[in-house]
Amino acid sequence: MAAYPLEIILSRQLAENLAIPAFITDPAGNLLYYNEQAEVLLGKRFEFTGPMSVEEWSVIFKPKTKEGKDLPPSDLPLVQTLHTRRPSHHTFWIESLGGQRHLISVTSLPLLGPEGTFYGAMAMFWNNEPAL
Amino acid sequence: MNVTFWGTRGSLPCSGPDTQIYGGNTPCVSVSVGEELLILDAGSGIRRLGINLKGAYSTFHLLLSHLHMDHIQGMGFFLPLYDPKAEVHIYGPAGHSAPLIDRLSRYLSPPLFPIRIRELPCRLFVHEVPPRPFNIGSFRIVAQRVIHPGVTIGYRIQHGQSILAYLPDHEPMLGANGRMKDLRWLSGHDLAHQAGLLIHDAQFTDEEYPRFVGWGHSSLSQTLEFARLTEVRQLALFHHDPGRDDLQMEVLFQQTLAQQVLPFDARIPKEGEILVI
Repeated sequence: MAAYPLEIILSRQLAENLAIPAFITDPAGNLLYYNEQAEVLLGKRFEFTGPMSVEEWSVIFKPKTKEGKDLPPSDLPLVQTLHTRRPSHHTFWIESLGGQRHLISVTSLPLLGPEGTFYGAMAMFWNNEPAL
Repeated sequence: MNVTFWGTRGSLPCSGPDTQIYGGNTPCVSVSVGEELLILDAGSGIRRLGINLKGAYSTFHLLLSHLHMDHIQGMGFFLPLYDPKAEVHIYGPAGHSAPLIDRLSRYLSPPLFPIRIRELPCRLFVHEVPPRPFNIGSFRIVAQRVIHPGVTIGYRIQHGQSILAYLPDHEPMLGANGRMKDLRWLSGHDLAHQAGLLIHDAQFTDEEYPRFVGWGHSSLSQTLEFARLTEVRQLALFHHDPGRDDLQMEVLFQQTLAQQVLPFDARIPKEGEILVI
């Protein structure tokens, strides 16, 4: 079992100490880690789920457009960053486990190491409403 | 594989009457098998290594973990650099902005040093370590970046069945909050895993560590835990605080070990000591 690259390990340590939700994925989109604030967003605990594939995590929180249509995974900032290896930002609606709709903003960044090695991506979430 | 300790101290040389047992020189370790020699770091201990080599080798391979001063300050006093017949290869981490030779030359040039690195009489070759395993003679080398301020690498050196892991400056528990049971999240794990000998940072006491979180070093207990998680067979505690004298080191070591049952041999190597793995 190989350890994760240093960039991923340090990203997790940053995420653990942030008060905003954060995701960390590998280059294939596997969700390697999400912090406690993101656990609230997903309604799941990392301790129990462990890593998740992009197909699993991208639909858990039911992303929606302003008109209420389902937002395809390909339109999520984190998925776009994984495809383009560039930063991405998007504001959209999600439906929480309790059925409430919330407007959130997501910014994702590629994790590039020396010589441009692509190690994955990190996304941070911002709740535009006071209670999420 | 013979592993000789020429400098075990961190941060600053501290030779004196109260550091005679464990020594006061900063990091330098030589690794030899037959006619082959590797040198790990160029702290002040490398000066005495250069004197002791006495023409026994014509080719030298110096592997640097990083470029903090305590790991390169002895380089200008390594005699083979001034031997026109010597071939010296220096390996170190690639930087984000400037080539390794340019970063080394910040020290090996006036006003910090009278001789420029490009003026050294030996045949000098500077290599940025590749991200993949590579060979130096019959040694197999793995170099990976580890948690320490700036770009810092640890080494895993294999010769036959013998494995040495060298992580002189390392803070694997930074931010870990004791939750690193999943070893994929443990910095340096792959370098140290099941090594015959792990040489690892043990700069702080457990009481000191909270004041120095993020400085890139480990406490003695953290290092013991890292060695346990990586299943090494022998641990050499390294990079000791220059403010710690021989007696303090022995008391600290004995007190900490008295609280634990370790599945490996742990020791504080003395300057000049040779360990065989």
